[in-house]
Amino acid sequence: MVKLTFIQPDGASQTVEVEAGLTVMEAAKLNDVAGIEAECGGACACATCHVYIEPGWVEKTGKPADIEEDMLDFAFDVRKESRLSCQIKVTTDLDGLTMRVPAKQF
Amino acid sequence: MALDDAGQNVTTGATEFDAVVIGAGPVGLFAVFELGLVDVKTCVIDILGKPGGQCSELYPEKPIYDIPALPSVTGQELTDRLMEQIKPFGAEFVFGERVDELQRREDGRFDLKTDAGRTIVTKVVVIAAGGGSFTPKRPPLDGIEAYEGASVFYAVRRMEDLRGKDVLIVGGGDSALDWTLNLAPIANSLTLLHRRDEFRGAPHSVEKMRALVAEGKIRLLIGQMTKVHGDNGVLEAVTVKTADGEERVVANAMLPFFGLTMKLGPVATWGLNLNENLILVDTEKFETSEKGIFAIGDINWYPGKLKLILSGFHEAALMAQQAHKYVHPNKKLLFQYTTSSSSLQKKLGVK
Ligand SMILES: Cc1cc2nc3c(=O)[nH]c(=O)nc-3n(C[C@H](O)[C@H](O)[C@H](O)COP(=O)(O)OP(=O)(O)OC[C@H]3O[C@@H](n4cnc5c(N)ncnc54)[C@H](O)[C@@H]3O)c2cc1C
Ligand code: FES
Repeated sequence: MVKLTFIQPDGASQTVEVEAGLTVMEAAKLNDVAGIEAECGGACACATCHVYIEPGWVEKTGKPADIEEDMLDFAFDVRKESRLSCQIKVTTDLDGLTMRVPAKQF
Repeated sequence: MALDDAGQNVTTGATEFDAVVIGAGPVGLFAVFELGLVDVKTCVIDILGKPGGQCSELYPEKPIYDIPALPSVTGQELTDRLMEQIKPFGAEFVFGERVDELQRREDGRFDLKTDAGRTIVTKVVVIAAGGGSFTPKRPPLDGIEAYEGASVFYAVRRMEDLRGKDVLIVGGGDSALDWTLNLAPIANSLTLLHRRDEFRGAPHSVEKMRALVAEGKIRLLIGQMTKVHGDNGVLEAVTVKTADGEERVVANAMLPFFGLTMKLGPVATWGLNLNENLILVDTEKFETSEKGIFAIGDINWYPGKLKLILSGFHEAALMAQQAHKYVHPNKKLLFQYTTSSSSLQKKLGVK
């Protein structure tokens, strides 16, 4: 199992344990993490699963692909560490990954 | 409220129909087919400028794997094939208009009104409104609502309104680029703001835009809006966060292009029984709490509902049986197969 931590804008933090192979978005939805809407169900077509990767993890999660960058144009307050969580596959390498949930998903 | 890509209508101008289908998503389109087989003439209305609903607007290029007998079909292909399949029935299409009002008349039929002022009379109504009507995304900036319609526009109705203005266009897709190119000659000043120095839009538009920047005719700014400034709905400036810090960009007109989202919209005000924003229907006829008004596809709810295209297709078939009873009360409906019925084949134009 892989541990993932989501930090809400108010500082509340929630750590979930999921199996490798899911996406980070699916992990969040399965565990009712607030603020991850994922309207399109992970098709990289809605940009409502936006998260900020905590410093130190950006290298491990990698850079967004072109289609993800295009979709990030539709997200709000996009930063260097912005990712769409449906485009990150959970692997054992990501055990301990910490992310911030944005204040708004548009 | 027409959307930016509102297309050309192919209408005969007729105002009376057997059935009006609200929504040209896959389920609304297939409803035309099922209604056509039972001799119900339809008109389809959609706020978008083109058919296909979510399939063509949200994922035209992505493959769908669970359409029976089509192992893989993209959202656009599915739409194109449905349009081909329903062609024999000559449905009327009204694009770029939103159905705002729905009322029963004294003669039992319904009056429908669109936001463009069009009125249509129909015997039955089929709501295939999916996740709701597509609506431009509103940038989540505090207080932006106050400027909408006066200084903030999600679509351009009349270009002349923007002559001589200090225009700020926000976004990196085709709408943002096209309006940048169109408005540059008539605006007093024009700034295109995008979060990165790469654009999703058509390459030749990007080239033209860059040429205008090089000639000093427009300004390209890389950053994101954080605050709007102004008074009484009149925009004065926008604070933009850039790589170098913050900047105040003077603007008295703003065009944000952040794509579309689905909002239930007027459907909620038609007096139908709802369950968490979805229209309650029975599972025999997919009829709502009002006789003669049906709801099919993503917009409806019943125990066990799955928001799948294939479920919507099934709902359309059963809906049509009951719609036939209302439209042709004195005609008996024979159960027939398209494979073997010569009368169905005649309607389909294959015999
Ligand atoms: C990324 C993504 C992937 C998907 N993948 C699949 C899949 O693999 N398999 C599957 O079965 N389903 C899939 N779906 C779901 C599928 O797209 C929907 O179930 C389907 O589009 C619903 O069709 P519909 O015709 O009911 O509504 P929609 O496609 O939502 O169309 C409704 C239309 O009604 C219009 N409308 C609404 N209100 C009004 C009004 N008042 N006036 C005028 N027009 C109005 C809207 O503008 C819209 O065009 C996916 C969805 C998404 C977003
Ligand atoms: S869930 Fe829609 S883009 Fe990630």
